Amino acid sequence: MRKPLTLRILSALDRKSWLALGVFLALALVVVPVLHLNFPEDSALHVSTYAITLIGKIMCYALVAVAMDLIWGYGGILSLGHGLFFALGGYAFGMYLMRQIGRDGSYGADLPDFMVFLDWKELPWFWVGSDSFGWVAFLVMAVPALVAFVFGYFAFRSRIKGVYFSIITQALTYAAMLLFFRNETGFGGNNGFTDFKRVLGYSITSSETRLVLFGLTAVMLATTLVFAAWLVKSKFGRVLTAIRDAESRVMFIGYNPLWYKLTIWVISAVLCGIAGALYVPQVGIINPSEMSPGNSIEIAIWVAVGGRGTLIGPVIGAFVVNLAKSWFTVSFPEYWLFFLGLLFIVVTLMLPQGLVGLWKKVMAKKGAEAC
Amino acid sequence: MLNTVDLFEDDRPAGSDGADQMGHPVTGELDLSHGVALYLEDITVSFDGFKALNNLSLAINAGELRCIIGPNGAGKTTMMDVITGKTRPDSGKAFFGQSIDLTRLSEPEIAHIGIGRKFQKPTIFEQHTVFENLELAMKTDKRVWKSLMAWLAGDERDKIAETLRLIRLDGEADRQAGLLSHGQKQWLEIGMLLMQEPKLLLLDEPVAGMTDDETMRTAELFVSLAGKHSLVVVEHDMAFVEKLGGLVTVLHEGSVLAEGDLATVQNDQRVIEVYLGR
Repeated sequence: MRKPLTLRILSALDRKSWLALGVFLALALVVVPVLHLNFPEDSALHVSTYAITLIGKIMCYALVAVAMDLIWGYGGILSLGHGLFFALGGYAFGMYLMRQIGRDGSYGADLPDFMVFLDWKELPWFWVGSDSFGWVAFLVMAVPALVAFVFGYFAFRSRIKGVYFSIITQALTYAAMLLFFRNETGFGGNNGFTDFKRVLGYSITSSETRLVLFGLTAVMLATTLVFAAWLVKSKFGRVLTAIRDAESRVMFIGYNPLWYKLTIWVISAVLCGIAGALYVPQVGIINPSEMSPGNSIEIAIWVAVGGRGTLIGPVIGAFVVNLAKSWFTVSFPEYWLFFLGLLFIVVTLMLPQGLVGLWKKVMAKKGAEAC
Repeated sequence: MLNTVDLFEDDRPAGSDGADQMGHPVTGELDLSHGVALYLEDITVSFDGFKALNNLSLAINAGELRCIIGPNGAGKTTMMDVITGKTRPDSGKAFFGQSIDLTRLSEPEIAHIGIGRKFQKPTIFEQHTVFENLELAMKTDKRVWKSLMAWLAGDERDKIAETLRLIRLDGEADRQAGLLSHGQKQWLEIGMLLMQEPKLLLLDEPVAGMTDDETMRTAELFVSLAGKHSLVVVEHDMAFVEKLGGLVTVLHEGSVLAEGDLATVQNDQRVIEVYLGR
């Protein structure tokens, strides 16, 4: 008997994981909004705007980390250019946010401020339609997908692997960063996009808008986890890990690794694009520094710290590293990068399976002692 | 004696077993009308001036079990690379059946038209279970979309169970393949080959690292496969080669030195010189 797809998706997660996901969504969609709106700011139960923005931002990072894990943990392909796809999604949605400013910019013009500053008289061709939410939502996914497809097709067809692939992805995001730094490129140069006012007509700084964005991010993260669980448990997922472990064997039993790698690579890029689009309205800015090589390396560190090849690992890694970062950059701003480097070394040497691997080891030991 | 001849009865419509690069079915099917399964003619492969294969010509009949022997560096593995599309010959022809030009196809395409290969070092998916290894190898549509939607049907499970019994791993189905013994890994890889239902099996040192008992059982399995499949076995173990019977081809410096049954070949003066050194 063939099982219907919905049933297969339901069985992708066990009961415990569904329960955890349910609790997570209840917290994000009910508890946090209630605590934020109904308790005064001096109350101990109040959830501050700062906390909502921070957690919302980290959930976007967690989404990127899951996307990274699909290609690295399961596909064995280390991308050090995932920040590019994140930024492309962010820029695509940023275009819409810039258009939503309307005439409320400093120059009171129809064009975004930076274009007035450059003395441009009309929108460049690639800004056409950027006032439509639907078109931009499409671009958020289509642009990273297209870039990933073209780049991936040539890289995987040429059988570029391992460290060579990683280096090329670094170069790709670096080149894109230089391109976006230029004012003539048409994306606001090194200032990027900022000073957003509205999204879908609602004020972007209002508590309600923030909570909706926060909730959407949580829903997207949960959906992605379910989708990823189904993906890695499907036969596709088993072929993917087989390619990671013994690519030549996969080829000689009749699978073409090119299309498998390309599929997961494009899916991963699209997820990053969506994360970027959710990130920009919450943080209020997007600029080319999101494409800097360091950012992409940091994504790999989140996944390594949490535990690659597991789906919850990257989420944990993104939260642990970024919470540590926001504490460090306030308390000891100059030591953050040293700490990050140290963390990466320690994890690589002592915790190859990350925090999830450590947890499993501890539990196994406990189990053995109990017997 | 293992009886496997009817295990993999192919009841698909003719022409459905080829596939192009994306895994789409390709036209043109295996034509064995002249009784030849594999035909190599004047194949030359050189690496930086070193001729790994030098005008090699070889024909394997349909259903034949052929052993290839030869000292190290004779070109045995390079020959397999040419047949499976991993290496392109500088010159010469390689045909599968009457009509399929192997020098124009990629590795996955060659796998789809019915050539299975076992590597010298057992190459299995160590992180997957034994069952999953066989499942992935099973002959089916191997395009991405089909894999996303794939769900094992009852007869497919039966087929895997049958192969598990055949390779004597039926008690290990859910075990991680990396934890098997060396001999068991060799058997698992042979099982994966059988799941592909190939017309031609290329086996590079299949009994290396096996116990004598395992070696003899492997020989029995191969003998039972001949007839329905064509087999090309590269091996150093002469007891094993003897047990297999069939013709023996001796390779030396990239070309065929001698061909005949084992006794004839072993008494050939040139073969003795090559093996013992001058």
